[in-house]
Amino acid sequence: MVEFYGKKFSSRLLVGTARYPSPAIMQKAIRASGAEIVTVSVRREAAGGKIGDAFWSLIRELGVTVLPNTAGCHSVREAITTAKLARELFDTPWVKLEVIADDETLQPDAVGLVDAAGTLAKDGFEVFPYCTEDLSVAQRLVDAGCRVIMPWASPIGSGRGIINPDALKLMRARLPDVTLVVDAGLGAPSHAAEAFELGYDAVLLNTAIAKAADPVKMAEAFRRGAEAGRTAYEAGLMGPRDFASPSTPIVGTPFWHAIS
Amino acid sequence: MRLIVNGKETEADATRVDALLAELEYLGKHIAVAVNYDVVPRTRWAETHLKDGDAIEILTPRQGG
Repeated sequence: MVEFYGKKFSSRLLVGTARYPSPAIMQKAIRASGAEIVTVSVRREAAGGKIGDAFWSLIRELGVTVLPNTAGCHSVREAITTAKLARELFDTPWVKLEVIADDETLQPDAVGLVDAAGTLAKDGFEVFPYCTEDLSVAQRLVDAGCRVIMPWASPIGSGRGIINPDALKLMRARLPDVTLVVDAGLGAPSHAAEAFELGYDAVLLNTAIAKAADPVKMAEAFRRGAEAGRTAYEAGLMGPRDFASPSTPIVGTPFWHAIS
Repeated sequence: MRLIVNGKETEADATRVDALLAELEYLGKHIAVAVNYDVVPRTRWAETHLKDGDAIEILTPRQGG
C-alpha cells in the first residue's frame, strides 16, 4: 500500500487523463493501468460547460480519486487561484502544484513553487508539488508543509526516462519519511520499474500511455512494469560491482587442478 | 455592463454572479467561478455583485497530466 496524506491506495501508478485518441480509449487505458488516482485540470470553456460536464461524468464512471493540477500556471498568484478553483470544482484538498518557469523545458520555477506550496499548505491544501530532482528545493517544499514530493524523471512529455538517477537516489535516502513520486518524463515501462527500484513510492505519467500506438495495451505494460520494479525493491536488489563474479561454483569443476 | 468573461469582453445584463451564469447558460453545469482572482464559492454566487470591468473566470473539469 502507498499512502498520500493519510489515504491508502494499492496501485502505485498515477495516470493523466490528457492526449488520448478518444474518451473511450482514455477510460479503457485508465482501467487497464489499475490506477486509482488520475490527474485532471481546470480550464475555461466556451460551450456553456457542456464539454466539462461530459468529461467529468467519464471520470466519475471510473470511480477513481482525482488529483487536480495547476498546469500552465506561470505565477504564484495564478497557481494559488487555480488550486482554489480546483478545490471548489472537485471538492478535494489535493492539488498537483505546477508553477512553470519556462515554456520550452516546462521546468518548474523553484522559488515560486516553494512560495505557492507554503501558502496553499497553510490554507489547508494537501500539496503534490511537481519539482526537479534538486534536493534543496525538495527540502524547502517539505519545510513548507508538503508530505508528498514529485520530482521529474526528465522534462514533461519527453519520454526520456530518468536522466539523473543519482540525484533521485539521494533524495530517497535523505527524505525517507516523505512519499516520493517520480512525475513526468517516463517513456517506457522499464523507466517506471527503475523509479521503483530506486525506492520511489509511486510514479505519475500520461503521455507514454496516451500517445502509444495502443494506449490500453501500454497502460497494462506500465502496470506490470511498476509492479515488477516495486517487487524487486521489496526483494532487495544486489548492489552493482566492478568486476565479474562467477555464478557457477568453482569447487568441483571438471579437469580443475589446484596449482601448488 | 461590460465584463471580461474568460478573457473575452462581454456585454451582460446580469449584476450578480448567479444571474451572469444563467445569462451565459452555465447554470446547472459543473463549474467553478473566480472574480478578479478571488474564488467565489457556489454558496456565494447569489450574493456576489459584479461591477463594470470585472474579470470573471468560469472553469470546468478538463483533461490533465
